[in-house]
Amino acid sequence: METFTYYPGCTLRTKAKILDVYARASAEALGITLEEPADWQCCGGAYTTAKDEIATKLSAIRTLNAAKTAGRPLITVCSACHNVIKQTNYDILHDEEMASKVNNYLKLDEPYCGETTIYHYLEMLRDVIGFDELAKHVTNPLKGKKIAAYYGCLLLRPSKALAMDDPENPTIIENFIRAIGGTPVIYAQRNECCGGYIALEDKAQAQKRSSSVMKSAEDQGAEMIITACPLCMYNLKKNSDSTLPVYYFTEILAEALGIKGDVNE
Amino acid sequence: MNKNLKEQVLRSSGVNVLKCMRCGKCSGTCPSYDEMEYHPHQFVYMVERGDIETLMNSKSIYKCLTCFACVDRCPRNVEPAKVVEAVRLAAVRQQGNNHMNPNQIPEMLDDDMPQQAIVTAFRKYIK
Ligand code: SF4
Ligand code: SF4
Ligand code: SF4
Repeated sequence: METFTYYPGCTLRTKAKILDVYARASAEALGITLEEPADWQCCGGAYTTAKDEIATKLSAIRTLNAAKTAGRPLITVCSACHNVIKQTNYDILHDEEMASKVNNYLKLDEPYCGETTIYHYLEMLRDVIGFDELAKHVTNPLKGKKIAAYYGCLLLRPSKALAMDDPENPTIIENFIRAIGGTPVIYAQRNECCGGYIALEDKAQAQKRSSSVMKSAEDQGAEMIITACPLCMYNLKKNSDSTLPVYYFTEILAEALGIKGDVNE
Repeated sequence: MNKNLKEQVLRSSGVNVLKCMRCGKCSGTCPSYDEMEYHPHQFVYMVERGDIETLMNSKSIYKCLTCFACVDRCPRNVEPAKVVEAVRLAAVRQQGNNHMNPNQIPEMLDDDMPQQAIVTAFRKYIK
């Protein structure tokens, strides 16, 4: 049994509980325990790229430092948390002034200098467990199901900081789909934005974006679409004119591992 | 033109606007193109010209989705979204110029709206 530090983030405690519970249960089934740091704070939802913003970056650094102190890699699952945390770490490593300002403020026992390794849950499946190994644990394959992977914007970009996959021709979720027995559907809009937080203020724009993503997946014959992001889930479900089912990737993972029925949603 | 404002935006964004070759690829790939009065490549050259106030007063600064498409797809690595962000911050950091009032939020919500959308809006619109 291996243990990793796990950062769920605010939305996985509230509107996206099922993304979280299936992530934990599936990890356990694969021999990995996810342990939350004590007193974690919300990452803020969006990374502020401005160099003269320091306070907005502190919560992510506290999480990174908690993982460093525990001596473990950090696992994230929400696309937005993953994006904020990886961009923060990238800037700590590449922007000396930012690193010195945050450390001056935080006064940690030892300065945080970008030591933590961050894996998105999908990267954990690919790089720690391995998709071949994952396939061996599948008892209930999603045979023949045509599944469209939705990357959206925050999972892959900016690619130099996130370093997860080829930002234009990604394969990680498609290979995940293959590992659980499904058939991936490639479509043009898989790495374009769903509209994101604009849904709060400009519903029409979110509807335009999300409908275009869903249509693109439908046109290629998808029977379902999967995401890692609660805001994608919201937009694709609520702000599109399509009825294509949308699932969190962790839910179909739990289904494929045959443990979905054992999990309390 | 307000020279201080230009310097502030350049410093805050960390972007070298002179690297831009005006190919327009950032704007071509921007999912908010239709909603914007000024597009990402225009942000870059208007900042170069020092025409910051026009951008600060445009609704375009609230139309960027922070999707980083322009950042990844710019052939010159200009990172236009960072310019948009710096201009928006220059605007909302002005006294009394928050773009959203927390009291308005409850009426924008529905039962399924994820918290993530609200915290992101706070990050973007309120200082
Ligand atoms: S919710 Fe939209 S904005 Fe967020 S990651 Fe998904 S695609 Fe991007
Ligand atoms: S980050 Fe903003 S400006 Fe750049 S492509 Fe996305 S929406 Fe357009
Ligand atoms: S893509 Fe880059 S080089 Fe081309 S116009 Fe936009 S900022 Fe300038």
